[in-house]
Amino acid sequence: MSDTTVLVSQSRLSSPPAKMIHSLFLVNSSGDIFLEKHWKSVVSRSVCDYFFEAQERASEPENVPPVIPTPHHYLISVLRHRIYFVAVIQSEVPPLFVIEFLHRVVDTFQDYFGVCTEAAIKDNVVVVYELLEEMLDNGFPLATESNILKELIKPPTILRTVVNTITGSTNVGEQLPTGQLSVVPWRRTGVKYTNNEAYFDVVEEIDAIIDKSGSTITAEIQGVIDACVKLTGMPDLTLSFMNPRLLDDVSFHPCVRFKRWEAERILSFIPPDGNFRLLSYHVSCQNLVAIPVYVKHNITFREGSSQGRFELTLGPKQTMGKGLEAVLISSQLPRGVLNTNLNPSQGTYTFDPVTKLLSWDVGKINPQKLPSLKGSMSLQAGASKPDENPTINIQFKIQQSALSGLKVNRLDMYGEKYKPFKGIKYMTKAGKFQVRT
Amino acid sequence: MNGHRGFSVLRSEAVGAVRTALVSAENLQLTLKTELSQEEQHLKPHTHTNGGPDETHTKGYCTEVNDDLKEMLESNKESLKLEAMKRIVGLIAKGKNASELFPAVVKNVASKNTELKKLVYVYLVRYAEEQQDLALLSISTFQRALKDPNQLIRASALRVLSSIRVLIIVPIMMLAIKEAASDMSPYVRKTSAHAIQKLYSLDPDQKEHLIEVIEKLLKDKSTLVAGSVVMAFEEVCPDRIDLIHKNYRKLCNLLVDVEEWGQVVIISMLTRYARTQFTSPWKEDSVFDEHSVRAFYESDEEKTRDETEAKAYVMDPDHRLLLRNTKPLLQSRNTAVVMSVAQLYWHLAPKNEVSIVTKSLVRLLRSHREVQYIVLQNIATMSIQRKGMFEPYMKSFYVRSTDATHIKSLKLEILTNLANEANISTILREFQTYVKSQDKQFAAGTIQAIGRCATNISEVTDTCLNGLVLLLSNRDETVVAESVVVIKKLLQTQPTQHSDIIKHMAKLFDNITVPMARASILWLMGEYCERVPKIAPDVLRKMAKSFTSEEDIVKLQTVNLAAKLYLTNSKQTKLLTQYILNLGKYDQNYDIRDRTRFIRQLIVPNDKSGALSKYAHRILLAPKPAPVIQSAYKDRDRYQLGTLSHTINTKASGYLELSDWPAVAPDQSVRNVEVIEPVKEEEEEEEEEGSGSSSSDDSSSSSEESGSDAESSVEKNSSQSSEESDKSSSQSEKSSSESDTEKKKRKTKKPLQKKTVKPTAKDSDSDENRNVAKEARSSSAEESSSDSESDSDTDADSGTEHKKKTKSKAKPKVEVKSNEEVSLLNLDDFTPAPLTQLKSSVLSPSLLGDLEGLCLSNVSSAIQVSGPAFVPEKSHDLLHRMTGKGLSAQYQFPRQPCLYQPTMVSVQISLTNTSDHPLEQIHIGDRSPTGLNIHCFNTIECLEPEASVTVSMGIDFNDSTQAANFQLCTKEDHFSVSIQPAVGELFLPITMTELDFHKEQGKLLGMNESSATITMAAENMTSQPISRPVATVANLGVVPSGQDNVHRFAGKTASSGAVVLVTVELRELSTALITINTEKSVMGSMLLRDLKQALAQA
Repeated sequence: MSDTTVLVSQSRLSSPPAKMIHSLFLVNSSGDIFLEKHWKSVVSRSVCDYFFEAQERASEPENVPPVIPTPHHYLISVLRHRIYFVAVIQSEVPPLFVIEFLHRVVDTFQDYFGVCTEAAIKDNVVVVYELLEEMLDNGFPLATESNILKELIKPPTILRTVVNTITGSTNVGEQLPTGQLSVVPWRRTGVKYTNNEAYFDVVEEIDAIIDKSGSTITAEIQGVIDACVKLTGMPDLTLSFMNPRLLDDVSFHPCVRFKRWEAERILSFIPPDGNFRLLSYHVSCQNLVAIPVYVKHNITFREGSSQGRFELTLGPKQTMGKGLEAVLISSQLPRGVLNTNLNPSQGTYTFDPVTKLLSWDVGKINPQKLPSLKGSMSLQAGASKPDENPTINIQFKIQQSALSGLKVNRLDMYGEKYKPFKGIKYMTKAGKFQVRT
Repeated sequence: MNGHRGFSVLRSEAVGAVRTALVSAENLQLTLKTELSQEEQHLKPHTHTNGGPDETHTKGYCTEVNDDLKEMLESNKESLKLEAMKRIVGLIAKGKNASELFPAVVKNVASKNTELKKLVYVYLVRYAEEQQDLALLSISTFQRALKDPNQLIRASALRVLSSIRVLIIVPIMMLAIKEAASDMSPYVRKTSAHAIQKLYSLDPDQKEHLIEVIEKLLKDKSTLVAGSVVMAFEEVCPDRIDLIHKNYRKLCNLLVDVEEWGQVVIISMLTRYARTQFTSPWKEDSVFDEHSVRAFYESDEEKTRDETEAKAYVMDPDHRLLLRNTKPLLQSRNTAVVMSVAQLYWHLAPKNEVSIVTKSLVRLLRSHREVQYIVLQNIATMSIQRKGMFEPYMKSFYVRSTDATHIKSLKLEILTNLANEANISTILREFQTYVKSQDKQFAAGTIQAIGRCATNISEVTDTCLNGLVLLLSNRDETVVAESVVVIKKLLQTQPTQHSDIIKHMAKLFDNITVPMARASILWLMGEYCERVPKIAPDVLRKMAKSFTSEEDIVKLQTVNLAAKLYLTNSKQTKLLTQYILNLGKYDQNYDIRDRTRFIRQLIVPNDKSGALSKYAHRILLAPKPAPVIQSAYKDRDRYQLGTLSHTINTKASGYLELSDWPAVAPDQSVRNVEVIEPVKEEEEEEEEEGSGSSSSDDSSSSSEESGSDAESSVEKNSSQSSEESDKSSSQSEKSSSESDTEKKKRKTKKPLQKKTVKPTAKDSDSDENRNVAKEARSSSAEESSSDSESDSDTDADSGTEHKKKTKSKAKPKVEVKSNEEVSLLNLDDFTPAPLTQLKSSVLSPSLLGDLEGLCLSNVSSAIQVSGPAFVPEKSHDLLHRMTGKGLSAQYQFPRQPCLYQPTMVSVQISLTNTSDHPLEQIHIGDRSPTGLNIHCFNTIECLEPEASVTVSMGIDFNDSTQAANFQLCTKEDHFSVSIQPAVGELFLPITMTELDFHKEQGKLLGMNESSATITMAAENMTSQPISRPVATVANLGVVPSGQDNVHRFAGKTASSGAVVLVTVELRELSTALITINTEKSVMGSMLLRDLKQALAQA
């Protein structure tokens, strides 16, 4: 057998650098590796030292560069839910390939465990391992569709965990993953429901930068249609819009037939089972987007004084009669601000003196009585006044309305006999909505 | 092992386990609990450290735990085994060594429990390399499983077998791979493609054999296999391009249906392939396109093609096929796929087609931070060469305060790349906000970006310089230092007189403490000491005083300054220089001592120095080349876009160079595939043709899933038994034809019609595929003609799309601002001169509100000129190509502030040469009325045929709609043309508060007010905001309004700066009251007329 070992070591030397993902390390915010998985030969976890170095250099967790070269490997990482997913690569591979895959892994964990936290991953380490084993073969993505994975490995539920401990039965599906073999790999076979229902949520996000004087510097609307489809058998759905011309740029779930969209502007698809994102789109509305909220602000720092004034009033604008809900204001105040003494007319506000983050949970805006936040800020004595006024980030929701005016015309089902229950909901949210002051 | 009581079904096994488990449930639970907590306690401190002093301690503990686990593994109870395996996997996940348990674990490899078996596989793959002998025990189990009738079991056995990195089983693996490669099931074949890579990395000597398998698998028609086998190809033999030839067209056609990860790999391989097989489409861009499309679709007519080929570049039909089949993938949800298509277009498409990827790339910027990072890097590289591609999307690159630092600097980089004469004012205004950012690193980056803009665009150099000088009084040192450094570079590139800036810097010198900045100022003093003859010696005097307490870098520059002054002005500075040289002589730093000694020898003539000191003047005061300020992404394009190498800007291992286009295209017939498996292809086609052909096929069965055939079989939900391939041929035949009709049914939305539906050309998924396949075999004329029709349709589409693109390119969406804003950093506080005109006007606007951080006094800000709310796309004919003898011209109003003079309206003119000979010396000739004030564009020396160019000019219409007449001249001819502006184009938008609006309105009543009531078109009353039609008609800014039914707009006239206020009040019964207040009553009434028209019509 000694011959073998010699051979192995020789071949190691001459073996070509393997492509794709070699290993994965999960690192928490305090810099501990709490899970590792290797798809090829084991890579020592000391490779992560390079990552820790970069982590230390970065002022904010987000500032860790996504791609870090080391002498023998390349580290590509994504940060989500305060966990770094660090993939180890040995040779040339499109970085987006790896990044996209890592995000899929996170999405899958979230789908399985409800949350993707260190605790959840540690609690479900076996399921995590089984999932990772199925998702990559030799570092190349194998099954990344949630529908297929759920056929192979059942998501843990409290009930099942209890039953499993007692009976020793398994999480691993006893069926074989037939979905993987079909040409609609996104849909599992043999789906059965007593209540057949299909729900679609049209959610639009408005991204905007508003300048000091209240005029819009840039504003655009991006939307998605998220679906929850629970239909028996192999339904074939078509969804049409009243005003498809609004959609400027779209990206589809693989189930959507592209040719049909090109020709008729109709979404025709065999849906995956359960929750999925059918479509994301960008609205073509030139430069004109109705901004549903306005902010009046007066934030001043005076030279030489240790006090600053802070006044903020919000009001609805062009909302087509729908109310603004779940309004949340946040702002990163300048470093010189020691504390704030503010008075909200409604809702609650907090200020963290360490991170200097001000957040004000406004709630609903009543057009008759506009919410305001007024008061003073105490500044570091002797420090010069800050260069820049803080930027204000706004979050809000408008129920039952899609800002762009996109409307679903009808949803039809073919291929199955029963009558499904259909529902469509619209919502508008703030995306990256900033007001410069 | 004897624990099995022969349960054949997993269910019953589980039931059995329940029974046994319940018996011992209590104590089992107990032991487990204690063990776990104990284990955890031990493990806690080790989660991060890898080994070290704790090792021995752990080891002792490990054996203890391991004994326990071993016991569990050897028990009869399935549940205990499973629990043990779960804990072992937990250990592996934490990076603990569990290899001691190998013998105990490997025994369970043949377990009937699926989960247990899977966990054993996980373990086996992890430790087989370390425990080679023992691993061999498991091999026979896999060998048996490879013969299992169930395809999924075969596949999984191959997967694990090939993952066991034990060299001795290489022959077994090789055999297994070869067998699996000809398996009936595409899934097993896919697994074998994966196994190829594993075997190759284990034993590269197998390369030749593996290539044979790859060659075989490349011929596979299943979409499942395609991605994996190309991956294997890329890893094992990426240089064997010849293997691709015959499969090229098939891969292109399958691409859309391959799973997303496979798409990425195939696209990147095809990019390399295309670069070796086709000729460059980049030469005579504008001409070839039409030809090639025609040539492709009428490929029967070989003659025409040959002819055109002789004349101009003709795109290889295969090249076109690749471009066309990848385009839909831009709509993929997978960012990696979109990026790979984008790079394919960048590297392969004709220059004028590349811009179709822009929109999709910009869409990716909405994705996660890491995705943004990579995409922005690639855009940065692209935007250097092709500004026009991203210019319309400039606003997508505006920085948000929440962006991560590296995202911010990439956006800055792109904005700088995109800057041109037309949009520079907008960009600089945006930069102005960034300069004040709390993120000082970012602020410093912005200053560098301003410096780059200033060097690239000569019109704004002075503006930027002045702005940067103002920043010198900023409180933040980083900002100041960066400004000094950038100013230094700018002054060097601008050899004109800048003595006042140098003087200004000298004044600031006392307050600046950052060493780099001080050093830069000193260097400037020395370099231009002849321009500031009075100040320089004084600065030197000050430096002499503080020399000892300065940083090294400042000292060195002080010595330099002293030397230069000594040479030019020795009378005043001789003693000072001597003094400084003496101080330097005894400095602690040897660099400074060396420099001092050298300088002394050089400048002070004595016996020893000899000839050298004669040249001292020429040595020290030689004219120095200006530093080139350029993008850090300048040469990134040597790497293929989207690659790791591109991201890290060094060659990553395994990076495959993209070859240059061949000068002469290699033989294209190599890609013809008529001989290979004609039967299958025939059948495939027939099936795809669907129910159109009523005759049933008689060809043999194919288990392969290809195109619509497979899809329909799933739609039929034909239970997909794993023995699919065992179906008799007639059966599958029937089902497929049946399901085909069903498919047609669905598509034409006539559920009850059968067999009568005609095949509609519009939307069969495989339409294009079929078309190409046919192309190769040149089938019946009728079909091909219908095909070419539909195809040329789509191509025409893309053509128009392209046209639109170019249009929008020609029309940069730039915010209009008054001219004083162009000098954005040039605050009137500091340089009041250019703003006098503005101050006298009614508005007295000040943009200082924005700039509290920079300015010293508080000026109330009320009214500001802002960007246009909307830029209409419409362009007007200036000169038709018939009258212009081939020269055609169109003009449009970009609604941007005129760079040349504040009172002018800027006009963009696109000139196109439609003739077949170049037009020379295009310029503007006589104009009328003679007093007409026009800023002409520079003479265009030569405009090639088919080429077009966009120029901008400024016209002062003097606030009237009278047409501006002038002559457009070429070398031979001149043509009289005229531009008549709509009244709405003569305004510039301003923003003001509602209060100010009322105030201004109060001043403009009576004579100055005109109003009308109109009936609104229905669509204007509903969701569509009213601002849109108003903004289309006139270049006005929107004033925020507190009332829902009242909309206000404000602007000022370009020439005289008179305020124009528009109020639209919506009333009941879809009527509206339009009120216009302006002292220019003629313009007011004309505007009213236009607005009435726009709002009343649909």
